[in-house]
Amino acid sequence: MSMLKIENLTKVFGGLIAVNNISIDVKEGEIFGLIGPNGSGKTTIFNLISKIHPITSGKIIFNDHDITNKKTYEIARLGIGRTFQVVKPLKRLSVEENIIAAAFSRESSFNGAKNVAREILEFCALSDYGNMLAGGLPIAGRKRLEIAKALATRPKLLLLDETAAGLNPKELDLAIEIIKKIRKERGITIVIVEHIMKVIMNISDRIHAIAHGSTITEGTPAEVAENPQVIEAYLGKDFSLGEI
Amino acid sequence: MELLIQSLIYGILIGGLYAIIGIGMTLIMGVLGIINLAHGQLMMVAMYITWILWQYASIDPYMSIFITIPIVFLLGQGISKFLLFPLIKKESILPENQVLMTVGIGMVLVEFARSLFASDYRSVRTGYSESSIHLGNISLHVPLVIAFVIAVIFTFALFVLLMKTDLGRSIRATAQDREAATLMGVSAKKITIFTYGLGSALVATAGVLLLPVYYLFPDVGPVFTVKAFVITILGGLGSPIGAIAGGLVLGIAETFGATYISMGYRDAVGLVIFILVLVFMPGGLKQLTKI
Amino acid sequence: MRVNNLHVFLNFEIFILLTAVAAPFIFSFSPYFQGLLIFVMIWIVMGTSWNLLAGYTGLVSFGHAAYFGIGAYAAALPYFHWGISPWWGLLTGGVSALILGYLLGKIVFRLRGPYFALGTLALAEILRIVFGEEIWLTNGHSGILYMTTWVSKYPYYFVALSLAIGAIVSVKYVMRTKAGFFFLSIREDEVAAEALGINTRKYKNIATAISSFWAGMAGAFYMIYMGFIDPEVVFALHNISIITILVGILGGVGTIWGPAVGAVIMVLVQEVFRSSIFGLAPQWVAKFHALVFGLLVIFVILFMAGGVVGDWNLVTAKFRRTKHAEKS
Repeated sequence: MSMLKIENLTKVFGGLIAVNNISIDVKEGEIFGLIGPNGSGKTTIFNLISKIHPITSGKIIFNDHDITNKKTYEIARLGIGRTFQVVKPLKRLSVEENIIAAAFSRESSFNGAKNVAREILEFCALSDYGNMLAGGLPIAGRKRLEIAKALATRPKLLLLDETAAGLNPKELDLAIEIIKKIRKERGITIVIVEHIMKVIMNISDRIHAIAHGSTITEGTPAEVAENPQVIEAYLGKDFSLGEI
Repeated sequence: MELLIQSLIYGILIGGLYAIIGIGMTLIMGVLGIINLAHGQLMMVAMYITWILWQYASIDPYMSIFITIPIVFLLGQGISKFLLFPLIKKESILPENQVLMTVGIGMVLVEFARSLFASDYRSVRTGYSESSIHLGNISLHVPLVIAFVIAVIFTFALFVLLMKTDLGRSIRATAQDREAATLMGVSAKKITIFTYGLGSALVATAGVLLLPVYYLFPDVGPVFTVKAFVITILGGLGSPIGAIAGGLVLGIAETFGATYISMGYRDAVGLVIFILVLVFMPGGLKQLTKI
Repeated sequence: MRVNNLHVFLNFEIFILLTAVAAPFIFSFSPYFQGLLIFVMIWIVMGTSWNLLAGYTGLVSFGHAAYFGIGAYAAALPYFHWGISPWWGLLTGGVSALILGYLLGKIVFRLRGPYFALGTLALAEILRIVFGEEIWLTNGHSGILYMTTWVSKYPYYFVALSLAIGAIVSVKYVMRTKAGFFFLSIREDEVAAEALGINTRKYKNIATAISSFWAGMAGAFYMIYMGFIDPEVVFALHNISIITILVGILGGVGTIWGPAVGAVIMVLVQEVFRSSIFGLAPQWVAKFHALVFGLLVIFVILFMAGGVVGDWNLVTAKFRRTKHAEKS
């Protein structure tokens, strides 16, 4: 069943086409990768789905609801959670309070929200940092906090924007493990934007590749990795993705 | 019809003074990225210095420009160096920390003046204070005309500074893009401190020029602080030319408001324009003219 | 507030409450001091009201006089026109301010950061001018006069104390609820808040409603207590809007007790100097009462960005260090 259906999405920033007629269909329960070089429009697509920016043209359907004209908070309430590439912790709240604030979008009582927060702290391996101010977290913790906040809103669909960027190998493995666990244990569908090929090739069921705001190809990780246009877009003509 | 022309001319003359108040504010807003809520209070300081020079040394207000303005310039630099600049690196809950600091500075300036001069109204009445030039049925108040001419000269000099000198280019560059300017070797600290001094000197000029046609008391400042940010928003942030246009528009609008609505609503006219511009034309006049 | 500290905290609150109740009796020898206590309470209400909006929700209002003034006039106008007791203002004052807050929000919530601050400032100034000019409605600058109900300060003090307790308790309560967490989220990052499913406009309106309500109540009480208002007093940019902000900053924005501490310090500093340090210093010292307060604010912004309460640890740490140094 289709969970998120994007039809002919286009975004123009002051005469510059950032996203050009892109169509994506994400199935329920899958991990869907979105790749492309820097500035190819991946984050913009996320920002259009969650309506951080208004859409120029196109249509977005989520679970049979047309959400094209919905506001950011309405989209979140319908069940699309997201993280930000440039992380947005609520800096002067503790890590736990960050998650409590997010959990309140579904819970009405403080104790209810706190219980959700406890559980998610553990799930995202943040229990040790619960009382720390979010602004003081190291980068790996901040990235996981982004995921934790999004999870606390009980999404059906999770948009992960470069949650693995800037992590060391050990932290990277932890992040991958958490992402896999999100689908396995919580049944949440995931769309993931990622630069690190190891991550995206490893966990995605299907991958959609874009460059300069337009679709290049879509398919399984293996298919996409062999696509010459993808290789060219990333590395120039003489390399193949197998080498990295 | 005569009333209309009379109001228009008066509006333009006063608008010339508003323009230099506005340019001072717009430069500070552009470079420091803050609203200077001590702007009118710095003007008040300049007016008291001028008044003292007149009262105790019999120095003509227009001559005292050469003493008053350097003093206020240094005062502004000191404020910027010791009170505003150190806040840039401070972490605080309210992002408006520097703005709140200008509020505190304004308060200290006012209260200092009040403790020295009490709340009495004072004025400088020179031989030419009451004289007018008549053109047909239109009369022009002499000190206001002089003030306007000097204001125009100062504005012109300022534009030469901004456009033709390295210092001016650095100021404009910092106003446009602080980071880029820093990367190109502009000392942000130096420019920040200088610009606040310059803005203070400009509003001080307006104070000196206004004194012969106005009156002086410790609380004279806030009204002009409000006018200054109205002008700045009206003209478009960080645009000196916009500030000139904004100053003239405000001067004319206020005069018309006083003539055709009521004297009491004079100060409300600018505020209403301000709200309308903020809500419906966030770029200010700059948006229309692209300058 | 961590749970294991709760009983200590409760004791602290009970102590403060008892002190506040006892205060007017301690100063029973002097209606002047009792009057000061009443002003402390008014400023606690104003500071707490502003703090909810600025300190907790990140909406720095420079126009809190608008709510104070409208509350005062809500109490005064029915009396002026129809002879209805200003005491009804304790019902209508807060509600009128709340409605005004909602209407002004429609304009100022389109604005961000410093523009929001300027917008609130300008709207409050417009109200001041309008209330001064529309003489048929407000009696203009001649103001509205009312023979106050009691000579004794006690009843006024306890009404004022109730308002202060009401304001602090309501803010303390709301900050433990969903709305409070949403206010903080909006303050920290509005986009992030929206992405968490928070209707930021709705919660800004709620914060404004609570805040403007208490400021309006303070205004209504001011009318009842002072028996005289005019637009220049109750809509004052400096003496109301700005002082409210300074009370908040001095005590510590984003803390429950900050505005209360700020209000005490503000009134204390001003009065100590106004009385030439209780007559011990030469008379001319009195002239500097407001100046000293201004200098204090500058000092706090420069060296204690969190205010006295927010940086309490800093204050005590410095104190301890000096004590330590003295010993060794």
